[in-house]
Amino acid sequence: MAAVTLLSARGLTRDFGGLRAVDQVDFDLPRGQVRAVIGPNGAGKTTFVNLLCGRIPPSEGRIQFEGRDITRQPAHVRVASGIAYTFQITSIFGKLSLYDNVALAAQRRLFNEKSKGRAAGSLLRARTMEALERVNLAELAQQIAGSLSYGHQRLLEIAMGLALGPKLLILDEPTQGLADGEIENFIDLVRGVVREATVLLIEHNMGVVMRLADRITVLNFGKVLAEGSPAEIRADPAVQSAYLGG
Amino acid sequence: MNGRLLDRALLLHLGVIAGLIVLQYWLPAYHHGIVARVLVLASFALGYNILFGYTGLLSLGHALFFGAGVYGAGMVMREFGWPASAALVSGILSAALVSLVVGFLALRTVGVAFMIVTLMFAQTGYLTSLLFNRYTRGDEGFVIPQAARAIGPFDLSDSTTRYFAALLLFAICLLIKLALVRSSTGRVLVSIRENEERSRMLGYNIFRYKLLALVISGAFAGAAGAMYALLFGYVGATFVSIQYSIFPLLWVLLGGAGTVLGPLVGTLLMFYLVDLTSGIAAASLLAVGVVLVILILWFPKGVLGAVRERALPWLP
Repeated sequence: MAAVTLLSARGLTRDFGGLRAVDQVDFDLPRGQVRAVIGPNGAGKTTFVNLLCGRIPPSEGRIQFEGRDITRQPAHVRVASGIAYTFQITSIFGKLSLYDNVALAAQRRLFNEKSKGRAAGSLLRARTMEALERVNLAELAQQIAGSLSYGHQRLLEIAMGLALGPKLLILDEPTQGLADGEIENFIDLVRGVVREATVLLIEHNMGVVMRLADRITVLNFGKVLAEGSPAEIRADPAVQSAYLGG
Repeated sequence: MNGRLLDRALLLHLGVIAGLIVLQYWLPAYHHGIVARVLVLASFALGYNILFGYTGLLSLGHALFFGAGVYGAGMVMREFGWPASAALVSGILSAALVSLVVGFLALRTVGVAFMIVTLMFAQTGYLTSLLFNRYTRGDEGFVIPQAARAIGPFDLSDSTTRYFAALLLFAICLLIKLALVRSSTGRVLVSIRENEERSRMLGYNIFRYKLLALVISGAFAGAAGAMYALLFGYVGATFVSIQYSIFPLLWVLLGGAGTVLGPLVGTLLMFYLVDLTSGIAAASLLAVGVVLVILILWFPKGVLGAVRERALPWLP
């Protein structure tokens, strides 16, 4: 069975001054997959996903999403068409309530569906609370987001991503700074997401990567070093010398 | 879920409007005039607060929008003999148009650059109003004759009518603003203030929302300017001068940025501060300055900002 390609990149390149952070990357992501992107520090992982979600423009190369060329689309248009990004450094609205944080994401999706008026009000509330429940933060809905623990803030960030109802959810180092118990919950959470969305995961925690990813792409010096199943990647000698065996 | 809380806020604002209606009947003549003036200028400040307090954009050029309202109303009356009601609409539309053009250019900048660009636009407007002295009578201004200052049977130079006209403008601006800040659009504006990049990555076109906030804010300023010209009958370049960019900022800071009623509190407070101190001391502005410093030290978030923080967290 041929998987449908959700997102693809060809010759994707980004220079910062003299430094080539991402170098001629070809990348195909089939719908419904959990793909992990790994690599040593400075390998260009975050730059790579920033190119995909439009936070920075590429120097060269093209990106397609659902068969359409999105290379020149601004970030907010890409988000509206289904690419959600959660930040590596937690980025929430610290002075607003959890409810408002997630409602901002949920209402963006409702704007898309063009459902306005009275029905939208209750639908917004329902969608917002549903996203908060999925990360077990529903009881704290009226609390101010800035007062949450770091782990809870990361979960809130993911709830915002979920409330957008994305086709592709990009998670940039989501387990960074989480306690072991929280990581277990996170793994369950992502397994639940896969039913609705494709997941692109940048992750340093190899345990999490091995348990969640269907396929892994390894970046090194901005280039794709290897790509394969977790077992293949674990066995790849080039990967071991660049990264795992380190 | 929090429907009851929201109703409480609505009741409070309707209560304030009702209180201002009652006030009309027992205010002595002198204060009657001051409060009418305050209500018009507070409408200006309400609009300023949408941009500054809610969206987080500090403009130093709102005199241009206020002035566009003043001239947009005054000029069509003087040059073309338009009636007062049409002049009011003309003032609002002029200011909205000017703010759209200024916003389209100025919103390419952020932070200090945005402050400077808006300031420059306003200064250009001020100098233009002096340059075309033949039409604007910029330096000395011109008076709108009393006979022209009427809408239907209502003579706007009559003090009771004037008070109610000012109050009507204020009430409309207040309720529009309350509806805006409680809407999903208002939530997006606040999100831009809090974390612009995050808001963008939730799929919002930041530029469009900022432009919307600026045009609404400019239209409020224009409505206030046009009403000011109609109620008090004077049109001049002084309304485009830098003072009228600084005043709304001051009133909003004093009353509480990011609160719906703060601008009214700030404008009232400032007017009566100047009024009271000018009675007791020769260096009255010094006294005003001291009070302002004390207020900023104790209430850095403004009067209503402090009230919200300490007692009424539901205050919109």
